[in-house]
Amino acid sequence: MNAVKLVAVFAENKPGLLARVTKVLADAGVNIRWITIATSERFGVIKILADQGERAFVSLRDHGLAVSLLDVLAVEVADRPGALHAVVDCLARRHINVENASGYVVQQRAVVLIEAKDLVEARQVLQKQGLRVLSPEEILKQ
Amino acid sequence: MIRPAKKLPVAPQGPRYWDRSVETISRETLGRLQLQRLQTTVRRVARHVSFYQQKLAELGLTPKDIRSLADVRRLPFTTSADLRATYPRGLVTLGTDRLLRLHTSSGTTGKPKALFFSRRDVNNAAELMARCLVMSGMTSEDVLQNMMTYGLFTGALVMHYGAEKVGCLVIPAGPGNSEKQLLLMLDFRSTAVHVTPSYALYFAGFLESKGVDPRRDLALRRAFVGAEPYTEDTRRKIEQALGVDVFNSYGLSEMNGPGVAFECEHKHGMHLWEDHYLLEIVDPQTGEPLPEGEYGELVLTTLCREAMPLLRYRTRDITAVVPEPCPCGRTHRRLQRIRGRSDDMLIVRGVNIYPQQIEQVLMSLPQVGRNYLIVLDGLDEMTVKVELAQTSFDGQVEHLVHLENEIVSRLRAEILTRPKVELVPPGSLPVSEGKARRVIDNRKL
Repeated sequence: MNAVKLVAVFAENKPGLLARVTKVLADAGVNIRWITIATSERFGVIKILADQGERAFVSLRDHGLAVSLLDVLAVEVADRPGALHAVVDCLARRHINVENASGYVVQQRAVVLIEAKDLVEARQVLQKQGLRVLSPEEILKQ
Repeated sequence: MIRPAKKLPVAPQGPRYWDRSVETISRETLGRLQLQRLQTTVRRVARHVSFYQQKLAELGLTPKDIRSLADVRRLPFTTSADLRATYPRGLVTLGTDRLLRLHTSSGTTGKPKALFFSRRDVNNAAELMARCLVMSGMTSEDVLQNMMTYGLFTGALVMHYGAEKVGCLVIPAGPGNSEKQLLLMLDFRSTAVHVTPSYALYFAGFLESKGVDPRRDLALRRAFVGAEPYTEDTRRKIEQALGVDVFNSYGLSEMNGPGVAFECEHKHGMHLWEDHYLLEIVDPQTGEPLPEGEYGELVLTTLCREAMPLLRYRTRDITAVVPEPCPCGRTHRRLQRIRGRSDDMLIVRGVNIYPQQIEQVLMSLPQVGRNYLIVLDGLDEMTVKVELAQTSFDGQVEHLVHLENEIVSRLRAEILTRPKVELVPPGSLPVSEGKARRVIDNRKL
């Protein structure tokens, strides 16, 4: 499906764990384009959009961390009121649940990263509405 | 048919006995009685139990070779592993028609231990319990609230039957639900409780939070605290907090349960009923007997058990005999407070747990790694920290939560109590050289 892949790392909610992750990536020459950390109960999950996803995944794994690659949809929208609503409303009408989402703006373009159970269906639905779903190459070009 | 309670010899001051002649029997007469019963027991197992037949044959022993009490040392030991290996009926001497009761110890995936009782065994267990209760001052006027878990464990039922023998009013309350426990105490004026040390302390805190003053509002006078070891300090805390007299008791399901040994009013050691159990203290490494007064492993041989007699059972409990005679007049020797175990076993909330059981459950789940840590805290909080296998993380937190819940439920099925489980990332638990330290015990019991 050529979805955008995030690198997800399972870490304890303690000082030093994030530093460990960033050191590994820095040493591997990987550039982080976007990062989020969610702490849920005692679990910490770090999600990263890296410029070299595979390399990031392998280096972290080889350092003993619990990592996985997570598929997400990257949707590009105009940077103005109502743009995000168009995306979300479209999914809601088709009863597609947004599990996790995050958004950012760079150079007058807004990108929202969406996790959903059935990404293939979600992508079809969005594309039918004329919304732009970015490929991994496109998202990293920004 | 339950016979009515015996009329007890009432001495206004001085000890009360359930069975004065046996409890104050001379050591000489006791010795003869023990030898006779030991011989009967050895003959019985030699006749009916192939496990013992084999062992005796290996040693070239026959029942006739038991001519003095010292000859007990020639007999083979019986261990916990032997009970598991002969599960379910390998050590039983009677057919089902003569078996009355079954109790088991914890453990479902690994084999548990099954203990069988004939009618006489059930009655004897109750008799010994009755001796203990009367020794502590209980009478048929007392109301006993039994707060131990009824079920496969021996604790609750053996106490129950013993208390009924004495003629007490027995309330089969079971554990937990402090509101209900309090209500029972208020409505029925319970005068004694049977409880674990951790729940006793917890309940005391509960009473305080309710503004209940046990001395003013309740009729409690005694607490029989057992199922797990606890310090003198904890005994005093419970006595203070609940306004009761706490009597230490020792028991194990392999020896009928509670009532094997019990404190008298002098509370300096627990009298072990030597007409029912032949007592030895041995070096846990070599199995050799130790001089009286020295600490070692308690080994017990049943003298009266019919359905499932046990020869030289290794309890793994470390204790010593109190050498001096007791002012209460009972000639059955006393054991010191249990000082520890000679194996890894833990007792949490009154339940025996081996770290190996935890390990077995975790190994059955491919998503978890090999490293785990059991942390015991507070009064009886148990947390099992488990490392996630490196390849098992899929980015979804709900899956981690599901996995934790799955581990809790499998552990609960195995160890029969519910721990907290914390999944931690691989490599986050301490790694030790040599034997892994699997347990951190911060409890203050």
